[in-house]
Amino acid sequence: MSEKYISRSNSVAARVLGGEMMIMSAADSTLFTLSEVGTAIWEAADGRTPLSEIVQRHVCAEFDVPAEDAYRDAETFVEELAGQGILSISDEPVADPDPPAREGL
Amino acid sequence: MATGISASRFATAAPINRQLGVTVEIGGIPILLESDDADFCALLGQRYAGFVNPSAAPTCQFEIHLHPAVQSAPQDVRVSRSGSAWRIERGDFCAEWDARSRRGWVRQSANPYSIDAMLRIVHSLVLAEEGGFLVHAASGVRNGRAFVFAGISGAGKTTIARLAPPDATVLTDEISYIRKSGNGYHAYGTPFAGELARVGANLMAPLEALYLLDKGPDNRIEPVAEPLAASALLRNVLFFAHDPKLVKRVFESVIEFVSSVPVAQLIFTPDERAWELIP
Repeated sequence: MSEKYISRSNSVAARVLGGEMMIMSAADSTLFTLSEVGTAIWEAADGRTPLSEIVQRHVCAEFDVPAEDAYRDAETFVEELAGQGILSISDEPVADPDPPAREGL
Repeated sequence: MATGISASRFATAAPINRQLGVTVEIGGIPILLESDDADFCALLGQRYAGFVNPSAAPTCQFEIHLHPAVQSAPQDVRVSRSGSAWRIERGDFCAEWDARSRRGWVRQSANPYSIDAMLRIVHSLVLAEEGGFLVHAASGVRNGRAFVFAGISGAGKTTIARLAPPDATVLTDEISYIRKSGNGYHAYGTPFAGELARVGANLMAPLEALYLLDKGPDNRIEPVAEPLAASALLRNVLFFAHDPKLVKRVFESVIEFVSSVPVAQLIFTPDERAWELIP
């Protein structure tokens, strides 16, 4: 299995409100609201940490989910976000770190 | 003789200014609309009656160039930015406005609808810079506090405005004007009318609450979770420019608003009892 690295897009604004991560695409004003698990993955998407490690550390450990199921779900989730242009997926670590996850960017 | 000298000096030195103008102050932001057409200025004076403030120092200024040939059918508005210069285009008018110098021009035919649309857009841009916004909402003042009733077309904005009791003052039945003020917000009256076809009262009051309107079989107020409130409010905020910086700014403003102002759902049946829920 080749590793995947995920990075938050810098053309979004994101804020936690009422315990939920709200993300707005600056390109087309589409609004996304992430679940608690989704928020954990989003916040860890620094472009340098492998997705498998993010899932292990922030999903399996915190939400008591089997690793294989969690990774499969996480892959689907990040592909959906990438399809919406608010996250990018790479086979290599991204050299330039992303801005903070919780601020309006 | 001193008097003669003065008279002569005034006669020669006083500038001949053919440009006429009307200063329209909405939300505490005076915008000077200049035109050399006296009839059009008179039309603007009538259209914005109650919001004309000749003594206000304008913070924005527009030259209006009237062109009878400008296409009259409105189309989708296009708002774009190049540096500090905004370009606003619709079928019936085009305008440019520099956010730094606060000056601009608009080319349109002699109708008040084009300038009305242009003013809404310019105010939305000015407000975005300072954390406020225009929102599709009726609003009113009761007991010194402002209440905003947001909703899409058909949600009941005009109905709730029409049902306002005598001790409430309607600020608008269509477009509410929200400005940040210290730790809170103020709602201002606007001349932007909906089906009520009545200019709102030109006054402002501290904002007490925002209600998301929904017609129902009875009258009640239901709590709304903050993320849902933000999502609903974003759907109703006037959002003209697909400019990434502006989109982010408006998003931030709405999140901040929802974090500090009570937002609830007002389910109401269209009779005067709906206002019994508004303190």
